[in-house]
Amino acid sequence: MSKNKNHYGKKTVIFIICVFLAILSVMPFLIMIVNSTRSTTQIQQHAVSLIPSHYFSNNLKILLGKSFRPSVGFMNSLIVSISATALATYFSTLTAYALVVYQWKARKAFFSFIMAIMMIPAQITMIGFYQMVYKIHMTNHLSMLILPAIASPSMVFFMRQYMQPALSLEIVQSARIDGAKEFYIFNLIALPIMKPAIATQAIFSFVSSWNRLFEPLILLTDQKKYTLPIMVSLLRGDIYKTEYGAVYLGLTLTALPLIVVYLALSKYIIAGVALGSVKG
Amino acid sequence: MNKKKNFSYARYGYLFSIPFVIAFLIFQLYPTLYTAVIGFTDLKGIGKTDWHFLEKPFANFVTILTSPTFQTAFKNTIKLWVCNFIPQLALALLLAAWFTDRRFKIPGEGIFKVLFYMPNIITAATVAILFNALFGYPMGPVNDLMTRFGIFDSPYNFLVKKNIAQDIVIFIQTWMWYGYTMIILISGVLGISPEIFEAAEVDGANGWQTFWQVTIPNIKTILLFTLVTSLIGGLNMFDIPRLFLMGGPDNATLTTSVFIYNLAFSGSYLYNRAAAASMLMFVLICLSSALLFYALRDRDEAKLEKIVKQQIKEEKRRQKEAAKS
Repeated sequence: MSKNKNHYGKKTVIFIICVFLAILSVMPFLIMIVNSTRSTTQIQQHAVSLIPSHYFSNNLKILLGKSFRPSVGFMNSLIVSISATALATYFSTLTAYALVVYQWKARKAFFSFIMAIMMIPAQITMIGFYQMVYKIHMTNHLSMLILPAIASPSMVFFMRQYMQPALSLEIVQSARIDGAKEFYIFNLIALPIMKPAIATQAIFSFVSSWNRLFEPLILLTDQKKYTLPIMVSLLRGDIYKTEYGAVYLGLTLTALPLIVVYLALSKYIIAGVALGSVKG
Repeated sequence: MNKKKNFSYARYGYLFSIPFVIAFLIFQLYPTLYTAVIGFTDLKGIGKTDWHFLEKPFANFVTILTSPTFQTAFKNTIKLWVCNFIPQLALALLLAAWFTDRRFKIPGEGIFKVLFYMPNIITAATVAILFNALFGYPMGPVNDLMTRFGIFDSPYNFLVKKNIAQDIVIFIQTWMWYGYTMIILISGVLGISPEIFEAAEVDGANGWQTFWQVTIPNIKTILLFTLVTSLIGGLNMFDIPRLFLMGGPDNATLTTSVFIYNLAFSGSYLYNRAAAASMLMFVLICLSSALLFYALRDRDEAKLEKIVKQQIKEEKRRQKEAAKS
């Protein structure tokens, strides 16, 4: 009995801490969203309010009246993220298939190699990358942000770990006996089996591509090619210095879609984070 | 016949790896080597692509290593990482222990997990500028709250103070990442076989003892994974310090990545020195990554290899002995 009581006390303390942390997670975004509907004068009087005002359209007018083009950024980010995710998931699964299904001489060495390079971030060798892209006059091409996704070592690693128990070689063998070509077997038998893993990896690939700042910041100089994170960085500039309402609105426009999608998919995303970690 | 068949299938192993290999060579290996080469040259100036090797090949590296700004940036990077990783890991461990405790269940656990992880999914660029606005002076939301509740008499200009600027960056990093670390640790704890916990319970271990003597040793690999991935991320920290205060005030939030960016893409466009600084960080990251690679390598496979090697040795020894006698 006393032990149970003890647990109630502990549970209450833990619950209060969790509520506090939850408020801490939500508060900044809540302030942001509410302030996006308030005028700069209102914000200057009291920067925190939980009651939305009616200056949304006014803020939008100020925001769009300057260099901030959320729709352009949104479209470019969408193009980059969708293409990069499609390439990364497809080719990572294909590479994993080569590692799991076939017995070839360099297989083991290749896998060790992938493990060795999977932690090395591309960001650190951007100077060479920039010089290379500049030389071939491709700096403002979104393809330079998309094509590198074909080689995603950590995704290959994940796909290989997932495929090994999931894909039985007997299925591949029997498809061969039926006369199926190897590439056909991959596309029509292996890919569907890998769907859950592909879905998980696609979410994370999409989000990380969507949020990427460093590479686009270096490669893109043409405003028409800006991705959303670069658009956001414009809000830091002098032209918006005193337009608080417009800045909050700009931030809201970039964060709100992510928050909505995240809350809708949170079950899968959280499960995906957990899944990704047990690869060790 | 059988061998021939195997051989023909082996071809596909190579064939299906080709796209990956080609993309790797063009977009990763070549830029890496090129960065290394640029580090030894005189390549600078906007739009320049032609270069010559320096007479003193290591001049750029020496300049970088002796540059007070780089030293500050490096110290900041380490400080910002260490100071965010420790509370982040402590908080994540604590929450993971609570959320996996078999003796009680916290109501709303699922919602808490979703909310704790949420800051991680939001674009870091947005988060950085949002916090810049939140800590604004004189009438940012934080100042508003502080003066309204009477904690401060008058608004405080947080962002011009070096220590406070660093603390806020540390806070943002912790706030963005503890949820992620927590989820990973929870999945690690759930992966421990329940029998081990049952045995600890039978032995009369309390929560604290179970945590330190059962949970922690059993998630060692995952802790190492968390440590190394966070370290590599920390050594590359860019978005938050760059957009929160542009590395300021007085270089207090300047990290090596921001330093490299500023060197190469603003002012005098010193690609060569930026490349040298990149390579120094690259080596550091490779070393950290090697640590993880060593720890994560397929242990069963490694064991098996050891046994096979031993057997071969044994066999050879026996043959030798047989030959002797």
